Amino acid sequence: MSRGRAADRLLALAVWVSVLAVAAVFFWILGSLLWSGMGRVTWAFLTTAPRDAGRAGGIGPILVSTLLILGVCMAVSLPLGLGAAVLLSEFAEAGSLFGRAVRRSLDVLAGVPSIVFGLFGTALFCQALGLGYSIFAGGLTLACMVLPILIRATEEGFRSAPSEYRRAAAALGMSRASALWHVLLPAAAPGLLVGLVLGMGRALAETAALLFTSGYVDRMPESLLDSARALSIHIYDLSMNVTGGDPNACATAVVLVALLLAVNGLAAWMTGRWLSRRVLPA
Amino acid sequence: MSGTDGSTFLRMENLGLAYHGKPALEGVDLEIRRGAITALIGPSGCGKTSLLTCVNRLIDLVPGARAKGKVEFQGRDVLDPRADLFALRKRIGMLFQRPNPFPLSIRRNLELPLREHGLRDRAELAATVERTLRDVALWDEVKDRLEKPALALSGGQQQRLCLARALALEPEAMLMDEPCSALDPLASGAVEDLIVSLRGRVTVLIVTHNLAQARRIADDVALLWLQDGVGRLIERGPAAAFFAQPKEEITRAYLSGERG
Repeated sequence: MSRGRAADRLLALAVWVSVLAVAAVFFWILGSLLWSGMGRVTWAFLTTAPRDAGRAGGIGPILVSTLLILGVCMAVSLPLGLGAAVLLSEFAEAGSLFGRAVRRSLDVLAGVPSIVFGLFGTALFCQALGLGYSIFAGGLTLACMVLPILIRATEEGFRSAPSEYRRAAAALGMSRASALWHVLLPAAAPGLLVGLVLGMGRALAETAALLFTSGYVDRMPESLLDSARALSIHIYDLSMNVTGGDPNACATAVVLVALLLAVNGLAAWMTGRWLSRRVLPA
Repeated sequence: MSGTDGSTFLRMENLGLAYHGKPALEGVDLEIRRGAITALIGPSGCGKTSLLTCVNRLIDLVPGARAKGKVEFQGRDVLDPRADLFALRKRIGMLFQRPNPFPLSIRRNLELPLREHGLRDRAELAATVERTLRDVALWDEVKDRLEKPALALSGGQQQRLCLARALALEPEAMLMDEPCSALDPLASGAVEDLIVSLRGRVTVLIVTHNLAQARRIADDVALLWLQDGVGRLIERGPAAAFFAQPKEEITRAYLSGERG
């Protein structure tokens, strides 16, 4: 066997080992979660309130709180993110000082640890704005966290739309606004969806930032100004503060992972549908 | 020439263009006759496309580009910063080198600009879509798949769709930037026939590299040439005289293939 072929085989081996190692870790986590938690995930678990500090009962109010926090986060970050992305990609000239400064700050912001966002959220939303521990405060804090990811992904989406569309629209006497809305936005939709999924993933998985902002009351929230507990905090609380809470922590984790996978799947399906309707031959 | 009444549609006076202060085009005086097909010819890089995009101010989209001089259209200067660009571009449409339909359905491609310019009535929209698609001989090919993506069409079909999209706005003139050069010979021929069919109805200013095409379709011809790095108008005139007895030495050399 020549040395070249040996090197090729070694490379192939190394690549396969790395892939298998990564895949193994993923399946290990998933497997152990399912093994210890799946049996407890029933309709009753999803809909009833926790009892005995979460050892017994279900996660109904926590599921509702999580979706509410996520809802506030998305309702705030989507329009802001879209606006900022449009500004960066369509109105700030490429390479301008302003554009570069904003982009750089967003990249730095995206890497800031979530606990820092939590502290910031407590100071601004809970205390300065007087929202206290609430779904609102938690959602707004998450929005701050998610915005940099959302903006950058959406901006990339707009940038990847060929400039021919802009020229074509302008040559037809269309305003910039309607070119954006009717032509570029659909073309940028896949990028927007990617940003949305990444952002929602980060928001759903967030624990540290919510601990100080939405709190950990596990009752069913009655308004957006109520303190509420998110799934990730429930998991944290059950496994760290409640003896005998591990089984339900695992079950909650299964629900959280399922939710994440569902968001991912939904986004992929929507992108596919969108593309097939607008771009690709059906 | 058939269908042209000889009146002036548009007049360029001492038109010039610079990119970031570096002149690309200078001193162009050119009259475009109403209803005629005027071909802009010349070697690549001599500013033909730049000249074209001064007429509908698409040049505004290019950072650092600055036009000077005058483009007189219906008693007004197109280059006036206060000019109504939306109205201007509705009246003077454009066809690009590469077909550029929007990534939408065939129907939406045609309806979008119409809606933008205020046509809302569904029946009228549908009628205009059919009429313009028939105009470009595309109706029979696409009538059963109007809701399908325009990007699924062939290159030639896409270019005809783009022509239909522009014609739907009932422009008085069409600017065309080598509209056949990215197409195969058959599709190119079909688009060329369509351009000829516009004679008399729509004023056409077409950039072409293809001398044979200019000979076949043009009523008037203008030759641009690069002199000291700047594009200048060398010669212009009715096609027959231009090709038979060119006045300038450069034109003669270009037409005979000695230069260019």
